[in-house]
Amino acid sequence: MFTRFAARRSGKGGGAVRVSLFITCLLDAFYPQVGRAAVELLERLGVQVDFPMAQTCCGQPAFNSGFHDEARAVATTLLDAFANSEYVVAPSGSCVAMIRHYFPRLFAGTPRAADAQALAQRTYELCEFIVERLNTTDLGAEFPARVTYHPSCHATRGLGIKEAPLKLLRAVRGLELVDLPYAEDCCGFGGTFAVKFADLSAAMGVRKVENALSTGADVLTGLDMSCLMHLQGLIGRQGRGPRVLHVVEILNSRGGAA
Amino acid sequence: METMVQRVQRALQDAALGRAVWRTTDGMRSNRRRAVDAVDDWEAKRERARQIRAHTIAHLDYYLAQLAQRVRALGGHVYFAETAGDAVQYVLEVARRHRVRTVVKSKSMVSEEIELNAHLAAHGITAVETDLGEYIVQLAGERPSHLIAPAMHKDRQQIAALFSQVAGEPLPTDAATLNGFARRTLRRTFLEADMGITGCNFAVAETGTLVLVTNEGNGRMVTTLPRVQVTLMGMERVVPTLDDLDALLDVLARSATGQKMSSYTTLTHGPRRPGEPDGPEELHLVIVDNGRSQMLGTEFQEALHCIRCSACQNVCPVFQHVGGHAYGWVYGGPIGAVITPLLRDIRQWGELADASSLCGACTAVCPVKIPLHDLLIGLRRESERHGQAPRRFRQAFGVWRRLMSDARRWERGLKLLQIMQRPFVHGGRLRWAPPPIDQWLAHRELPALAPQSFRQWWRAERGG
Repeated sequence: MFTRFAARRSGKGGGAVRVSLFITCLLDAFYPQVGRAAVELLERLGVQVDFPMAQTCCGQPAFNSGFHDEARAVATTLLDAFANSEYVVAPSGSCVAMIRHYFPRLFAGTPRAADAQALAQRTYELCEFIVERLNTTDLGAEFPARVTYHPSCHATRGLGIKEAPLKLLRAVRGLELVDLPYAEDCCGFGGTFAVKFADLSAAMGVRKVENALSTGADVLTGLDMSCLMHLQGLIGRQGRGPRVLHVVEILNSRGGAA
Repeated sequence: METMVQRVQRALQDAALGRAVWRTTDGMRSNRRRAVDAVDDWEAKRERARQIRAHTIAHLDYYLAQLAQRVRALGGHVYFAETAGDAVQYVLEVARRHRVRTVVKSKSMVSEEIELNAHLAAHGITAVETDLGEYIVQLAGERPSHLIAPAMHKDRQQIAALFSQVAGEPLPTDAATLNGFARRTLRRTFLEADMGITGCNFAVAETGTLVLVTNEGNGRMVTTLPRVQVTLMGMERVVPTLDDLDALLDVLARSATGQKMSSYTTLTHGPRRPGEPDGPEELHLVIVDNGRSQMLGTEFQEALHCIRCSACQNVCPVFQHVGGHAYGWVYGGPIGAVITPLLRDIRQWGELADASSLCGACTAVCPVKIPLHDLLIGLRRESERHGQAPRRFRQAFGVWRRLMSDARRWERGLKLLQIMQRPFVHGGRLRWAPPPIDQWLAHRELPALAPQSFRQWWRAERGG
């Protein structure tokens, strides 16, 4: 009840905070349960959530690979989809970093330059939004497990999101948060890097998995599903390693395992 | 020539290399961390260093002219070498004039760039590297694998084997014996040498000071013992004033080795003057362009700000796995992946920019704040413009663009893919995928597309 009130209070004009969800193409196609958890979590906080159907992808796979025309064509769907959104929130550090840092450059000198600038300024990663915009850390979650957190590169170095997810995880009942050694080292995903330099990407990921194993954690979590998909894929192939869950799945859990 | 992918694969199979590179780089990055945490104004120091470098490179012509004038006023010779060949010819000409037989060298990456040792050898001149690591890679017939720890890819057993060949007897593998052997061998060479060749960490425009930073003292001997001294300098190494030098030496030492100051910082001013006990009779400063000026005025100009500290190499997860040789030329790690295609040919070397997960660790530590991972993205775009992107990626992103630039098409396409994947799904995972995704499956599992996508769920539950 308190958090619901908090959400309302921090919104513009006294009504409920309105958030447009950018679900990201990866969660849309492969991990819809993470997207549903994000909807449930935000709604429980009193946020009014909508999902503009015109969105597809931030364009990052093409942008990072040097295909900037292709990236722009796809990224335009977000400029259209979120043209009237008050806040845009995504359960991904990487996609938000793309919008915040690279949209202004990608669209510089085009008719959509101002739209890109404006979108960059009102787009947030989900944990960041909850802690810094809704001023909430206790989400009433319960998750009895030993958990370690992988701070993905685009979230920590790209967006400077370091404390927000940790604050949220520490407030989860029953959850024991353990430090991941070499936490800020890259997991090796890297988009098309994962297939262009597949052996190297896997070697980097294996090191991350070994570090996670050394903590004795039951669950490895993070806020970028792309990194987690890579790590989960390695763990599955090796047959050893912690369970992998997006941080939203933990934050949305209500007792017992997610 | 091998591709970057092939070199990386070879490096990954070399377990001794992997262990040695990880141990060195991990140690160096911890030392850097400690040295940086020990000061409370690190970010201010970085910003000052960035401003000095940005200002200098923006006015490079002015400061190089000033430097040349000051060095000449001190009695030195200055030569501007536009190409590697020009630099080599100049050094050979100086050596010929002085009938040089033996050259001692202190570490110089520019001399690696212009392959000076091979050219000297072809003219009957023996060049001996006197930096311990550089001496090791020279004996092995290799190139440095790291900006400041050139033999970090070798373990002690490998080094002992190399030294034993020179000694003509098996040497034990303890560091004291190996160091002692190198010291005695090199000491003889120092006394025989007619010419000293060094690199140049910085050159101060206002005073004509040439600055060399080492931790072994060999640079000091190379610049004082032989009759003729040649300093090779990348054209971007100039700094305006001694004050600027102070600021840059501070961030260099902390970023490179985690020291407050390197053990030996050698400042030389021209050749030996009358009444001075030591120093060369003749001093030549060779200022090398070799592709650098092509970066001026482009989005890649900031790459010239680099002070070669190696911090980006030590934190780079790619470099930490494969070392410097995998990059195929002289410079490895993030800065190598940026400048190699720019100094050479992007059509041949553009693939180096792909060897990065864009994790940004390099940018975070760079003492002069070069946005290395952004420059890598820029290079990937340049490669694509030059038609160098792999064809399967071009095709894949063509299809991707068509599919993803319209949400209705994406939704229909997704529905189709959900059906098409069925024969290949087993236990919620894909057992087969077309290239280039097949490379993913070589190492990892890939989940099947969810039977109901998020947008399908939203449409069903919330009515779109």
